[in-house]
Amino acid sequence: MTFEVSTSTLPTLLLSAAGDAQTKSARTALADPTTSRVSFTLDSTLESVNKIEQTAEQCAQRAGFDEDTIPHIAMAVREAAVNAVLHGNAYDTRKHIMASFETTSDALIIRITDQGPGLDPETLPDPLAPENILRGSGRGIFLIRAFMDEVNFRQLHPGTELTLIKYRTPAQPGS
Amino acid sequence: MSMKVQTRQVDGVTILDLSGRITLGEGSVTIRDSVRDMLTKGQKKILLNLGEITYIDSSGIGELVSAFTTVKNAGGELKLLNLTKKVHDLLQITKLYTVFDIKDDEAAAIASFGK
Repeated sequence: MTFEVSTSTLPTLLLSAAGDAQTKSARTALADPTTSRVSFTLDSTLESVNKIEQTAEQCAQRAGFDEDTIPHIAMAVREAAVNAVLHGNAYDTRKHIMASFETTSDALIIRITDQGPGLDPETLPDPLAPENILRGSGRGIFLIRAFMDEVNFRQLHPGTELTLIKYRTPAQPGS
Repeated sequence: MSMKVQTRQVDGVTILDLSGRITLGEGSVTIRDSVRDMLTKGQKKILLNLGEITYIDSSGIGELVSAFTTVKNAGGELKLLNLTKKVHDLLQITKLYTVFDIKDDEAAAIASFGK
């Protein structure tokens, strides 16, 4: 059985999620019937983070992930969006974050892009190290890696694109 | 759903009954302000009841850690009560489960604070 995202309803759903969060932002929604890919652009606000998290949850549900995995995907995407808004764009109203959600027969692929100064993931301290365990921050990337199957960083000069991949299992509908 | 806090006193222990989401922004700030307010009032035995917390992100986890160290540095104790499975799992993944004193029973939690 092949899982098919309704390209007529999903973009509407996601546009609704992006909705009225930022009237000044350049929002776009692209629906490619062959890849079931949807993307949009939002302002650098916490409201955008919430919208991206909600969209991730909806996409994960539609992709057939189980009830334990869906919150993990949503949390990983939320953490990526927080990084983009907070650490990447530093709440700069002139900068935007881009989010795309692509459902393939094998995986759910999410890309979150900011317009910030860039991030070298190799320089991030290990939050599990004894000297870091009581730090008040620095666990976002760790949680993303814990909950997703693949996490890739790409430097855009300026900006960072974070790609999160969660593979679908044969037991999930449509695989 | 934004986070809400209700405060009560039991046998010298301040219990903060939290509900909603602890995330970057409102929830984290609410915890920070509540704990600081308690310390300002000289209340250093603090029990955070997380039984009605539906969601917590890395910022929320960080805020719990900061609250723990703030209270400890002030000579007090901060403990956690009634973790949901989601919060429990997050604290295990981040190895914070062994850092916090975590209780499942309120009466036992209250009795565990130093006199």
